[in-house]
Amino acid sequence: MSSQTSTIKGLGGTLPEAIRRLDPPRRFYPIIATFALFVGMFGAGTIRYEGFSSPQVILNLLVDNAFLIVLAVGMTFVILTGGIDLSVGSVVALSTMVAAATLQAGWPAPLAIVAVLLTGSLLGLLMGLVIHYFDIQPFIATLAGMFLARGLCYLISVESIPIKNESFTSFAMGTVPLPGGYFVTPGVIVALVVLAVAAWVLHMTRFGRTVYAVGGSEQSALLMGLAVTRTKVGVYLISGFCSSLAGLLFSLYMLSGYSLHAVGMELDAIAAVVIGGTLLTGGSGLVLGSALGVLVLGTIQTFISFDGNLSSWWTKITIGVLLLLFVVMQRLFNRRQS
Amino acid sequence: MLRSLPRHALFWPLLALALLLLINLLATPTFFSLRIQDGHLYGSLIDILRNGAPTLLIALGMTLVIATRGIDLSVGAIVAISGAVACTYLAGSPDESTAGRAIVAMTMAIGVCILLGLWNGFLISVLGIQPIIATLVLMTAGRGLAMLITDGQIITVNNPLFKKVGAGFVLALPVSILLAMALFAITALLTRRTALGMLIESVGINPEASRLAGVRSRTIIWTVYVFVAFCAALAGLMIASNTSAADANNAGLFIELDAILAVVIGGTSLAGGRFSLTGTLIGAMFIQTLATTIPTIGIPSETNYLFKAVVVIFVCLLQSPEARAALSRRRPALLTAKESHA
Repeated sequence: MSSQTSTIKGLGGTLPEAIRRLDPPRRFYPIIATFALFVGMFGAGTIRYEGFSSPQVILNLLVDNAFLIVLAVGMTFVILTGGIDLSVGSVVALSTMVAAATLQAGWPAPLAIVAVLLTGSLLGLLMGLVIHYFDIQPFIATLAGMFLARGLCYLISVESIPIKNESFTSFAMGTVPLPGGYFVTPGVIVALVVLAVAAWVLHMTRFGRTVYAVGGSEQSALLMGLAVTRTKVGVYLISGFCSSLAGLLFSLYMLSGYSLHAVGMELDAIAAVVIGGTLLTGGSGLVLGSALGVLVLGTIQTFISFDGNLSSWWTKITIGVLLLLFVVMQRLFNRRQS
Repeated sequence: MLRSLPRHALFWPLLALALLLLINLLATPTFFSLRIQDGHLYGSLIDILRNGAPTLLIALGMTLVIATRGIDLSVGAIVAISGAVACTYLAGSPDESTAGRAIVAMTMAIGVCILLGLWNGFLISVLGIQPIIATLVLMTAGRGLAMLITDGQIITVNNPLFKKVGAGFVLALPVSILLAMALFAITALLTRRTALGMLIESVGINPEASRLAGVRSRTIIWTVYVFVAFCAALAGLMIASNTSAADANNAGLFIELDAILAVVIGGTSLAGGRFSLTGTLIGAMFIQTLATTIPTIGIPSETNYLFKAVVVIFVCLLQSPEARAALSRRRPALLTAKESHA
């Protein structure tokens, strides 16, 4: 009886009330905020600049940021457990170097790709092991990894090495046509596949649920008998793998290996994850949010290239402001919850 | 006596520094020689001290921040802003080379940076945002702000007094060394001869318990972030003055990592609590000596990163209770005091 009256009341309610009744689960709030921001920014761009709303502009966001999406996905795993990985930018640089150097030495492309992925994964695994077994803060252990990867780059070569391998260049120049005359690059497909696999792992597997559990409370996860060790080491392995995969995509994008590639890219990845609504203390967040975060960062770049009068440093300032906005929002949201 | 020596907190950092200096001496026998030229002191050791002064300054502030269980990633950006503010003001004023202008410019730069420190402190102590994230905001936006101030240009200035801060000499010694040493002495005096040091340590060990015990945790945390911003401002002026230019892109790039590294090498744990300013001094000197040593012994200076990585890993393992216990099972009871997680 009472439920019936409330339904009737609800039907007669005003619009805000109707929206309130939609009430998505709380964990979707941050991602809705990110999505709203993305749509809002794009809407503003459409009003201000001609041609901004062309579907190809949206697709180019993916084309230009495919490597960053892969990077942010790996970073999401780490941040979900409450850790951080500062080494990702350097590992991207190292990956471009390894790819360029092995290809220059005449290795076949598949072998070079395997070498790159193994290098990154191994570095990630090592950092994970050090963090877990020696109880060293992720910040400082991955800082060491950052220095190590950058140093290894210089050890391979101080100069930039061009990539001339045919299968690499044809893959880099290749496009995937979409209906309507639009296109994306194969890199975008790779990034979307990584995103889908990551979402599946996080939500459909035991490993994924343990990632959230460890981020929520490591102590509780341990007491529940969950495989904390394997998970904590695993996320750094995943981040290392994603970084090297992102490095491969980046080397396709630049068609060269260089020690100074991707300086500070770890900040972009962390910013994307935070703007995507993942809590930096761990335990809450979605990989889809991180991808949206990357798109928001990409939209800022697009804004600046469309405007022509805005200087490039506005990118950094805007990213900083958005970071602040999301961090403060998360803080207030959490305070109300607890 | 000799057996207890390795247990002293500063034993390992000092040994490492001594070892580096020894390598230098073997590579270039004249390494320790100092000479006086035109009344100024010159020599490799002086160079190391002078080039290491900005890192040392920031590391001093960082030591106090880390002692409160915090971290400040934005110092590199603050260095860039400090130089940008001072140089832009100087370059824009009609009588660029007067002493008065230099003083106004430097005061303005320090003032702006103190405001940035207040901002960081506000986010951390009032809003309660994790230090690493709160300072990440300014780390990202800061360099953009510096470029906004300089309009993306490298601004060169010509002012004798301003030039003195980074490249001048007083009593035969470089001003930058004297400045860094003076700040070191003042910080040591303030933290070790008053209760301030103990209060900072108590906040780092347990902020909530300290607050309940009547320590003003919030004020102390706020103060250390302002202090580190002040240190970064001085370092920024030093770097800008040394080159007579403000380079918003490259001034103080990665200096935050060097400063954190110096603090960690000096034996201050990132988990907060006890800190050692002398250790930080040794750590900063170690990093600068390392940067000097590598080209001296004929290795390309770009591989500096590789050596830094080895140092970080080595220092971390030395400080990690687990690794220590694994290395020497004879004295495990001594090393159990460390808290497991921040």
